[in-house]
Amino acid sequence: MAAHLKKRVYEEFTKVVQQQHEEIASKKLRLTKPSKSAALHIDLCKATSPADALQYLLQFARKPVEAESVEGVVRILLEHYYKENDASVRLKIASLLGLLSKTAGFSPDCIMDDAINTLQNEKSHQVLAQLLDTLLAIGTKLPENPAVQARLIDVACKHLTDTSHGVRNKCLQLLGNLGSLEKNVAKDTEGLATKDVQKIIGDYFVDQDPRVRTAAIKAMLQLHERGLKLHQTIYNQACRLLSDDYEQVRSAAVQLIWVLSQLYPESIVPIPSSNEEIRLVDDAFGKICHMVSDGSWVVRVQAAKLLGSMGQVSSHFLEQTLDKKLMSDLRRKRTAHERAKELYSSGEFSSGRKWGDDAPKEEIDTGAVNLIESGACGAFVHGLEDEMYEVRIAAVEALCMLAQSSPSFAEKCLDFLVDMFNDEIEEVRLQSIHTMRKISNNITLREDQLDTVLAVLEDSSRDIREALHELLCYTNVSTKEGIHLALVELLKNLAKYPTDRESIWKCLKFLGGRHPTLVLPLVPDLLSTHPFFDTAEPDMDDPAYIAVLVLIFNAAETCPTMPALFSDHTFRHYAYLRDSLSHLVPALRLPGRKLLSSPVSPSITPHEDPSQQFLQQSLERVYNLQHLDPQGTQELLQFTIRDLQRLGELQSDLAGVADFSATYLRCQLLLIKALQEKLWNMAAPLYLKQSDMASAAAKQILEETYKMEFMYSGVESRQVVIIHHMRLQAKALQLIVTARTTRGMEPLFGMCEKFLQEVDLFQRCFITELPHLQDSFVDKLLDLMPRLMTSKPSEVVKILQATLRQSTFLHLPLPEQIHRATATIIEPAGESDNPLRFTSGLVVALDVDATLEHVQDPQTIVKVQVLYPDGQAQIIHPKPSDFRNPGPGRHRLITQVYLSHGAWTEPCQIEVRLLLAYDSSTRISRAACLDGAEALPLVENSIEGTIPFSKPVKVYIMPKPARR
Amino acid sequence: MPEIKVTPLGAGQDVGRSCILVSIAGKNVMLDCGMHMGYNDDRRFPDFSYITQNGRLTDFLDCVIISHFHLDHCGALPYFSEMVGYDGPIYMTHPTKAICPILLEDYRKITVDKKGETNFFTSQMIKDCMKKVVAVHLHQTVQVDDELEIKAYYAGHVLGAAMFQIKVGSESAVYTGDYNMTPDRHLGAAWIDKCRPNLLITESTYATTIRDSKRCRERDFLKKVHETVERGGKVLIPVFALGRAQELCILLETFWERMNLKAPIYFSTGLTEKANHYYKLFITWTNQKIRKTFVQRNMFEFKHIKAFDRAFADNPGPMVVFATPGMLHAGQSLQIFRKWAGNEKNMVIMPGYCVQGTVGHKILSGQRKLEMEGRQILEVKMQVEYMSFSAHADAKGIMQLVRQAEPDNVLLVHGEAKKMEFLKQKIEQEFHVNCYMPANGETVTLLTHPNIPVGISLGLLKREMALGLLPDAKRPKLMHGTLIMKDNNFRLVSSEQALKELGLAEHQLRFTCRVHIHDTRKEQETVLRVYSHLKSVLKAHSVQHLPDGSVMVESILIQATAHSEDPGTKVLLVSWTYQDEELGSYLTSLLKKGLPQAPS
Repeated sequence: MAAHLKKRVYEEFTKVVQQQHEEIASKKLRLTKPSKSAALHIDLCKATSPADALQYLLQFARKPVEAESVEGVVRILLEHYYKENDASVRLKIASLLGLLSKTAGFSPDCIMDDAINTLQNEKSHQVLAQLLDTLLAIGTKLPENPAVQARLIDVACKHLTDTSHGVRNKCLQLLGNLGSLEKNVAKDTEGLATKDVQKIIGDYFVDQDPRVRTAAIKAMLQLHERGLKLHQTIYNQACRLLSDDYEQVRSAAVQLIWVLSQLYPESIVPIPSSNEEIRLVDDAFGKICHMVSDGSWVVRVQAAKLLGSMGQVSSHFLEQTLDKKLMSDLRRKRTAHERAKELYSSGEFSSGRKWGDDAPKEEIDTGAVNLIESGACGAFVHGLEDEMYEVRIAAVEALCMLAQSSPSFAEKCLDFLVDMFNDEIEEVRLQSIHTMRKISNNITLREDQLDTVLAVLEDSSRDIREALHELLCYTNVSTKEGIHLALVELLKNLAKYPTDRESIWKCLKFLGGRHPTLVLPLVPDLLSTHPFFDTAEPDMDDPAYIAVLVLIFNAAETCPTMPALFSDHTFRHYAYLRDSLSHLVPALRLPGRKLLSSPVSPSITPHEDPSQQFLQQSLERVYNLQHLDPQGTQELLQFTIRDLQRLGELQSDLAGVADFSATYLRCQLLLIKALQEKLWNMAAPLYLKQSDMASAAAKQILEETYKMEFMYSGVESRQVVIIHHMRLQAKALQLIVTARTTRGMEPLFGMCEKFLQEVDLFQRCFITELPHLQDSFVDKLLDLMPRLMTSKPSEVVKILQATLRQSTFLHLPLPEQIHRATATIIEPAGESDNPLRFTSGLVVALDVDATLEHVQDPQTIVKVQVLYPDGQAQIIHPKPSDFRNPGPGRHRLITQVYLSHGAWTEPCQIEVRLLLAYDSSTRISRAACLDGAEALPLVENSIEGTIPFSKPVKVYIMPKPARR
Repeated sequence: MPEIKVTPLGAGQDVGRSCILVSIAGKNVMLDCGMHMGYNDDRRFPDFSYITQNGRLTDFLDCVIISHFHLDHCGALPYFSEMVGYDGPIYMTHPTKAICPILLEDYRKITVDKKGETNFFTSQMIKDCMKKVVAVHLHQTVQVDDELEIKAYYAGHVLGAAMFQIKVGSESAVYTGDYNMTPDRHLGAAWIDKCRPNLLITESTYATTIRDSKRCRERDFLKKVHETVERGGKVLIPVFALGRAQELCILLETFWERMNLKAPIYFSTGLTEKANHYYKLFITWTNQKIRKTFVQRNMFEFKHIKAFDRAFADNPGPMVVFATPGMLHAGQSLQIFRKWAGNEKNMVIMPGYCVQGTVGHKILSGQRKLEMEGRQILEVKMQVEYMSFSAHADAKGIMQLVRQAEPDNVLLVHGEAKKMEFLKQKIEQEFHVNCYMPANGETVTLLTHPNIPVGISLGLLKREMALGLLPDAKRPKLMHGTLIMKDNNFRLVSSEQALKELGLAEHQLRFTCRVHIHDTRKEQETVLRVYSHLKSVLKAHSVQHLPDGSVMVESILIQATAHSEDPGTKVLLVSWTYQDEELGSYLTSLLKKGLPQAPS
């Protein structure tokens, strides 16, 4: 007994020694903020019961710890850890260690030894698992240290034989995250034979616990993610896991097989039960296809998704996925698809009205029928018919990806996609329509398919209809009947849903443009012309008639014989539509009227559009004038602005450039006008409020510059400089105007200071661009800068005034691609006479539906503004999920705006509009980053604001007083 | 040898009056209790006298399970329980319990009131019978008695259809009833876990058919209806009251909703209406879409579908009418058909199979002039369409279910013999399991190899685990212990404990062996040489040289004495216990080889 006691004492003594050793290290540290760790220490010492200690720890965990005091805290925690008997407290400490080691700026290698030491004596499995987790955190923080990694891996291997699944899980996770990437590194650091991490992990594929098996596969995947090349030998093991009893194992195994198939697509594997061999990727494809009919839908989704990314699979296998041999009473039966195809090719329109129309034909050899094929047979057929819509969507996506890479497959999968247009869930329908659009360049729709596609046009969901219009834009139709059918259905759609007008017109534009030869024979019919009789002139305002014309005119663009079929009024209508709907109606070479620009200089600039030329010329003209008489300059500017605006309206593709330039010119015009005012001619400052014109101009220029900067996509740094320069001028103008109209010097001091700061900022931001700004306002200003800094405000104002007048007009280089952000509110339409009634004080939801074009990142910058008649304005931030992205550069906002107001006596109109929020700091700092300048500290200088970019819509509302 | 016996009383190589007797580990279960559509005599019900000649059925049967409410699966139930006499439990799912009496009552009415049969079960009998029913939930394990337990799985097919797992100890069987592996508009697909039963009894209606995708059929159907309605025509869809009618209603309802159509849809009053009520209630039994959207709106609360009134048939304008019965042989559907048949704008869609002799069969086979009662000739100008909407698993579906459940044996029922033959061959070929297809009254006996659970003490398990190196899952492992069979259970305990429990004294079995070694040296030196030799060879074991001049290897004792006759030969005495047999025999063989020559 005595000996036993002595032994215990001895043991404890050794432990104490060890700790003292550590404490010496901690003493050296000299914690600058001892409060934190000290407080913790005191708390933990005070704690009488484990529950108390746990409470303290929980409280402690809520507050962050500074990087420099982490080590001290860790020491205290460890100290307590050794003393603690309660597993839950130790668990918490272990988790805290993990958290602390993640602290930014703290290098956890100093606590690693301790963490590993604690592992040795730990009995509780949960605490062990948590400690391993901590080690994982440490290991991931020190990715560059092979010695540490090797050591951790050692530890993990040691604990792999633990009986608890949690510990084994963590060990595998550790191996997966830290397993050495290069073998030679491992050799150097370990004296022992190299540990083959993959082999070790692979052994646990057959662990008795499904959670451990899953963890093993995940660890393997983790290794792959970290760039370690997995061995091909794993493939067979993974295949065996596919028939595991547990879904998470199967799901992970599917992923692993997919990874291996991407790594070794070309290696050859034998087919069991026969002596044939196939490519690994094909084999894996077959296996994953098999999993599409798994019992668990999670696995099915996983499998269906992965199928899409197996592009290397051979086409023979790929096409099998759509194959499902039908039979009835052992006789071969043709699928409805095949029948439809045959009917089509025999030239007969569907007569399938008889019972037994699908009667089976030839007998099949019973031996040859394979009910459960080992291959990929019918995987997509099953996937698309699955019970869960998640699986169906995944299957559609996979189909899309495979079809994009293989045109022949695209052709084959068409029937199935078309079928999906009738799915019961809208999301699936939408997804399949989008998919079809994506693969539409590979396919041509047969008439019966088109028929099914068009049937969906009557869908009550606007999303579906628009997606379908989008699809029709890109579809190839094979026959003129098809075109006719499409037109008829679209017109039906138009009659049923008049709001689809724009979308349908656009759709017909592309449909006509793509199939001129198919439209040609339809023209007399469509225009209802008659060889002998004059027919009545159709109503020009009928949207359906416009739709027909859009189709015809777009077809006529590439089909010169078509205009001969037009009747007189068609030409007149053409002229009208070309003017009013220029984005839908192309320029035609009509007999009798020549295109204006065609004879001018087609040989010189064949690639350049005449309107582009016009734009360039008019801008050139403006920039050339430097010192004309003011009157002439103003007039020229005015004319040019008008021209540009008109051009923008006519040429939709030049609208961005034209508007952008026009805005810039308008700024210049305003500036010139402001400087021309009589006000300046008076010697003495006029302390009057009469200089409204100049200050208003300055304000407007400021606004316009913000618009130029934030409303256009594709603005480059060159333009940003010019815009900022213009803004600087406007600010100078503002300063001068203020100086001349306000009495007293005090406010001027501040303004001058601020202005000079801004000049400084400008210089710093755009230092690289300054050489381009020769002779400009800022150029001159910077020359005078030393003088300005020292002079009085009145002096500054004088100098500014002089420079502003002398400065030249900067040439605005035009960017390659520039688009103006636009928004159209479709809903509410704003035409209703029935007020929206609601009880005052309560809320009413207003559906807002708008399309946005060329808005980058609309989720953050687009806001909805509601203006009440009393001037109250309300800005609403729509949820990110309210934005949809139907096409490149286009967004759709469908949201609900909540309105509320006190009671009114009369119904009144409120205005709803969309705003573009901007924040000048983002743009400047981005520009600064581009230029390589140091980060700017002037955040407080940033200006946030909003630009309205849609037409306001009026909504008639009526808050009623609440009834009592 | 334990065995499972299966005897179909109906549905053996046949469709109709499903009734299968299963005896498993001494428990007798009757699966389904249906009637046959094709007969009007005694053959319409299963022959219950087969079960017991003169005893009470209740004594013989442990329970009855009904898979779903179709009459060929439950039609004979009141007859069986009330007229033949059975008082034991009857299990079915909640929807089946709710809908089944409606159908039974209807069946009774037709047979008794219309055909004037006597000696048939009465309404009261149906009520009494339903009182014996115990309703079960999906995936609920119900203990019928101490040993027998049953569990229901989702089967698709119709509302409330279930597959049942019957389990006694480690022996189990699964009965599928009718099931559908592809989801439809109102029901999901059948699903079962990897329960690995000893026997899977599956229906095989479509044993030789692989069906086309459901979507094509649906699309065709909708297109036809839509076109007719757009033309201003009327559509008549004769249906049976339950099952397909609901699917078609949902299909049309959603289509109307989607396409914003306005034409009215009616369904004939009576059965369908009452059953719809139950469809509304049992939302959990329907498919994903309906389950997900019912919070906003219950799909069975039709917006566009209204109850039909006789007078509506003469209303002008387009309309769609669902009317019973499905084969146009009598009742409302026939009345409407006669009214509308003359107009070529109208259409009739037959959604199912029609028996020969009915109007439905005639028009489907292309007859255009029908002779009605009273020598009237009815000319059919309306369009006649056929659309098959059937909810049975096809051959692929059956194979898929077999794959999911991984049974040891498969037994086919509810199908035609010729078709079964094909499927049987396929199943044997693909899964390498036995497949049976007994005819009615024929008994199939399967041998099973049930596992016998043996309790093991944790201490022993841990001790034995510690000996092995790596835990190797799913591989047999050798271990030492004593098996005690006592009180009808088995336990594996360590030998010490076994001795203690049985009150026996421990006997030691010792082997001794003499090995002669030629060595002229002294005994002590020989011992030392043996010691050093063993030490160098047996690195993994502890080899000790004891002060009394003997050598211990683990617990094996080695002593050396001089030979009494020949002093040049030493005798090594090796002694070990029974437990150390392996090491001991190794040691003797090692020593017999002789000692290596000493370097001196």
